Amino acid sequence: MNKLLFISGLAVAALAGSAFPATAQTLINGAGATFPSPIYTKWFVEYHKLHSDVQFNYQPLGSGAGIKQITEGTVDFGASDILLSDDQLKDYENKHHFGVLMFPTVAGAAVPTYNIPGVKTGLNFTAKALAGIFLGTINKWNDPELTKPNPGVKLPNADIVVVHRSDGSGTTFCWTDFLSKISPDWKSKVGNGGSVNWPVGLGAKGSAGVSGQVQQTANSIGYVELIFAEKNNIPYGNVQNSSGAFIKPELSSITAAAAGAAKTMPADFRISITNAPGKTAYPVSTFTWLLIPEQIPDGAKQRDIKDFLHWMLTSGQDMAEPLTYAKLPKEVVAKEEKAIAKVH
Amino acid sequence: MATQAGIAQPIRPGGRVGSFIHNLKTGDDIAYGVVWLCATSIIVVTALLVLELWINSAQARTHFGFDFLITSIWDPMAGKFGALPFIYGTVVSSALALLIAVPLGVGAAIFLAELAPPRLSDLLTFCIELLAAVPSVIYGLIGIFVLIPILEKAVVPALKSSLGFLPVFSGPFYGVSIFSAGIVLAVMIVPFIISVSREVLLAVPRDLREAALAVGATKWESTWQVVVPFARTGIFGSIFLALARALGETMAVTMVIGNTPRIQASLLAPGYSIAAVIANEFAEATGDLYTSALIELGLVLFALTIVLNAAAQLLIMATTAKGAGASR
Repeated sequence: MNKLLFISGLAVAALAGSAFPATAQTLINGAGATFPSPIYTKWFVEYHKLHSDVQFNYQPLGSGAGIKQITEGTVDFGASDILLSDDQLKDYENKHHFGVLMFPTVAGAAVPTYNIPGVKTGLNFTAKALAGIFLGTINKWNDPELTKPNPGVKLPNADIVVVHRSDGSGTTFCWTDFLSKISPDWKSKVGNGGSVNWPVGLGAKGSAGVSGQVQQTANSIGYVELIFAEKNNIPYGNVQNSSGAFIKPELSSITAAAAGAAKTMPADFRISITNAPGKTAYPVSTFTWLLIPEQIPDGAKQRDIKDFLHWMLTSGQDMAEPLTYAKLPKEVVAKEEKAIAKVH
Repeated sequence: MATQAGIAQPIRPGGRVGSFIHNLKTGDDIAYGVVWLCATSIIVVTALLVLELWINSAQARTHFGFDFLITSIWDPMAGKFGALPFIYGTVVSSALALLIAVPLGVGAAIFLAELAPPRLSDLLTFCIELLAAVPSVIYGLIGIFVLIPILEKAVVPALKSSLGFLPVFSGPFYGVSIFSAGIVLAVMIVPFIISVSREVLLAVPRDLREAALAVGATKWESTWQVVVPFARTGIFGSIFLALARALGETMAVTMVIGNTPRIQASLLAPGYSIAAVIANEFAEATGDLYTSALIELGLVLFALTIVLNAAAQLLIMATTAKGAGASR
């Protein structure tokens, strides 16, 4: 009896042993932005179903952490909602003697959310009005800059309370990048970044903090990710784009912004798509990027990452909209497909 | 040497090694060694912490020097970092918390230790220990959704109509503010003060109370003039513990303080604290100078805790000297 058990045990061990090399797992580690974390998680699960030998592990620690970790070389890929600066690219090159590539994966948007008693969703904001409000030069809701594009809406003679993110975030980058493009004053006084020196307002932690503060404070305005505003059913406004139209933030208008920016898109995809040209483009839109090293010496990892990028650009894109992410326009997908070859 | 001897004469009883082993058997040396290691490890951990903060903040320290502590612009994009608004917010919110929590906590401790019926005292002590175990994020949420609406509707209008002429109660109130942070902190630290002070008061020898009563003191006189002064050091100890907690509290503070790095006279205005800005910005900080400045803020918080604790120690020494050894 014992002998039999022993032999069958051996057989199992042998089977397992022979099966093991075939399912040798390639473990690919990444870290970075929190905004795209739900879609990345979905992608990695779906990709693993198709390729059981490839396991992606993603830690949503924030864009800054993603950039830091890929530069340190502690992860196989990074992710960021914030464009890498020239200095950061140079840092990377000095450290590794090759570059890092940015691949846009999906797009999102920051939307103005507000709480004015008696005023519903869909308020129109000119670019000038938003810059003025966040600079503190427009401080009453019945300012002509706000009442003119909103005929029929009764805006109160009340002080505007500004709420912004207190934690560094890609949403803030997108918002301040837009304001920098449309307002020279903003550009010189504040600038664009994940966290900036706000001229006015209260800081609240995370999208939940901002929307909570706005909901609690009458006559306030803040900005959150579109996904967040939609899921929580809070009022948000339309923003005037570069061709003068007031655009409702929605997935199609974000994709339109990406398409509008595609014509002038550089080969390294380092472009912000805020205030992009196009009649239907929502102006406070942004890509989110994967950061992939130009050289991946590990053959298996290199093959799997390239294959994943290809899959993400094709089948993966169809999973974006159900999760409230804007998919990439065709033009951008075609350019990215070509860029995959740069990874070697 | 000892090991050599041990190898050469491993089993001879009565020798030096033997007596060493014999002594070990009594446990004293082992116990000494173990507790010595425990105590030393605390110093080592503290030293390593300071060293790490010191090394990693080198860039910000050399770049800004002393100006870091006395300038108030915090602009990550322009690479300008000044810690003053954060130091101000941390100190003021903690001071406000102590102002509320110390009378409340010490009063409650006196009641629980001296005056309350034992069963009520046990029940209340249990509640207090529960309060101390509530996670700080819960306090933050209660602050946002319960405390702030009450402040907005009732407390602040009353303050403004009665004390509105004072600069500390001037200006608009948006809910999140140093004032709200101070109150939330007070609620968070009160359990520490009560719990430790109560233990200290209970430890006061019974003889003292009886002696006081015997010479004709009332119950309250014996409590206030004999028991409390005797327990003073311990009560101060509980206040330090509370202060340290208030200075370093992060989550609850960032949820209610307003996260605005500006120094304003009004307590009703939003502010910012050191722990809160580190928690908010560290993960997304890009660039070495920015990270380094945030780490230097950590160092500043550390130094601030030491300075305030030392000041409080001096205060005790001064007061206990006057109390003619009543404390010990």
